[in-house]
Amino acid sequence: MIRTEGLVRQFGDVVALDHTNIEIKKDQVTVILGGSGSGKTTLLRMLSALDAPTHGSVWFGDEDLAQLSSKRLYELRGKMGMVFQYSALLNSLNVYDNVAFPLHEHSDLDESVIQTMVQMKLEQVGMRGFEQLMPSELSGGMAKRVAFARAMIADPDVVFFDEPTSGLDPISAGIVTTLIHDITKKTHMTSVVVTHDVHAALEIADHVILLWQGKVIAEGQADAIAQSEDPRVVQFIQGRPDGPIPFSRSKTPYHEDLLRVRL
Amino acid sequence: MIVNLFGRIGRSTLQMIAKLGDVTLLSSRSLAFAGKSPWQGEHYVRQIYALGVGSFVIIAITGAFTGMVLALQGYYTLAKFGSESLLGSAVALSIIRELGPVLGALMLIGRAGSSITAEIGIMRVTGQLDALEMMAVNPLARIVLPRIMATLIALPLLVTLFDLIGLAAGYVVGVDLLGVNAGAYVGETVAKVLPEDLYAGWVKAIAFGFIVGVICTYMGYRAEPTTEGVAKATTQAVVAGSISVLAVDYILTSFFL
Repeated sequence: MIRTEGLVRQFGDVVALDHTNIEIKKDQVTVILGGSGSGKTTLLRMLSALDAPTHGSVWFGDEDLAQLSSKRLYELRGKMGMVFQYSALLNSLNVYDNVAFPLHEHSDLDESVIQTMVQMKLEQVGMRGFEQLMPSELSGGMAKRVAFARAMIADPDVVFFDEPTSGLDPISAGIVTTLIHDITKKTHMTSVVVTHDVHAALEIADHVILLWQGKVIAEGQADAIAQSEDPRVVQFIQGRPDGPIPFSRSKTPYHEDLLRVRL
Repeated sequence: MIVNLFGRIGRSTLQMIAKLGDVTLLSSRSLAFAGKSPWQGEHYVRQIYALGVGSFVIIAITGAFTGMVLALQGYYTLAKFGSESLLGSAVALSIIRELGPVLGALMLIGRAGSSITAEIGIMRVTGQLDALEMMAVNPLARIVLPRIMATLIALPLLVTLFDLIGLAAGYVVGVDLLGVNAGAYVGETVAKVLPEDLYAGWVKAIAFGFIVGVICTYMGYRAEPTTEGVAKATTQAVVAGSISVLAVDYILTSFFL
């Protein structure tokens, strides 16, 4: 459904993605795992065309996202939804208007139909009854659920999730994770989840992609990843501080930097 | 040392040119949506209302004190030449041609322009602009354009209000407090203020409204997505907006003389 070819994204001298090739399969939950700074969110922004690659391409079906006109890109975005790390609900609108926003913008549906659709989506994420609350009155978990309802309101083909469980307590994280899994399966939607939450990832993923320093170092089914003997995968999954993935990110040796300090 | 100095000047100049180009591109891309579907009229009205009503009190107070101070200072100066009867026209021309548009614009930047920058900057920080993009809503059309249109339309209205309150306050101080003849005050004002003076004031107000809208939206849109970045952008919007208004005022004044 979506695939990348030789994707490179540089920010100045920093290479966030280094010739990354991945494929997102239809109707599956694909989880992109990786530590902080591994390029997960950058990759998600490329997949959703929120950012353009330095080199390489992202294909949505048979269309190269970087080559699309803005009109065509906006048409394609009608098939996409996104749940941002900090929910990104529109501050000036209440829960109902946030969820209904895509329909108000892009459809001529009668308000009563929109109301029904919003009720259905809010019920799916357990937020029915909170329509009149403003985003500032919601907890992190509630805001994530409302953002999820908003992402699903137009029945997209694919929904992107950026760190859906970060900053949530274990129960809220569990609820959000279960929702992603259940709704994906029930609605035949494709989900792309970026996270560093190994437990949640292995629980819901059909396909796991592990990134390190902008490169794919492992991918496959959740079970295969969990049983991988690749020391980098083992270190990441078991959360060990020592291993091939270094603790320090400095490019120069520590003693050299210390010797350079002028006393 | 000298090479470094020239290097720094060169870099700053290039950065400024690049920024000017970026402002022009962003504002022209936003304005290109003005005639396109979907029509953003509802959002224009909402923004004009927020700007106009929100700035009404500060503009009224500034207009009143400007008129009062002008009458006091004008009377002091004109009395030296025995020309107190000219006070009405002096106050009116100063307010209508110059102080109304300039002070109105500066007040708008402080009251509403800074909040436009902060609002858009916070939308950038919290991902709301990206969220709009993902919902196939162009932030330039939905967020930037209505705010530029609002300042463009609201400032001439606010300046007209400033002028009226300033003239009334000047009359109260000149006639009621300083004892200038009411007939002479009003007669001189009506005789000396010509339609082209009103025209010059409104042209300035429209130009300043456009400048305030473009600069404040640009600074917010391009704000670094951090809390510090938004604070910096807000300060820059006020400084750049104020300087631009004063510089353009000089050019327009020389044109209308």
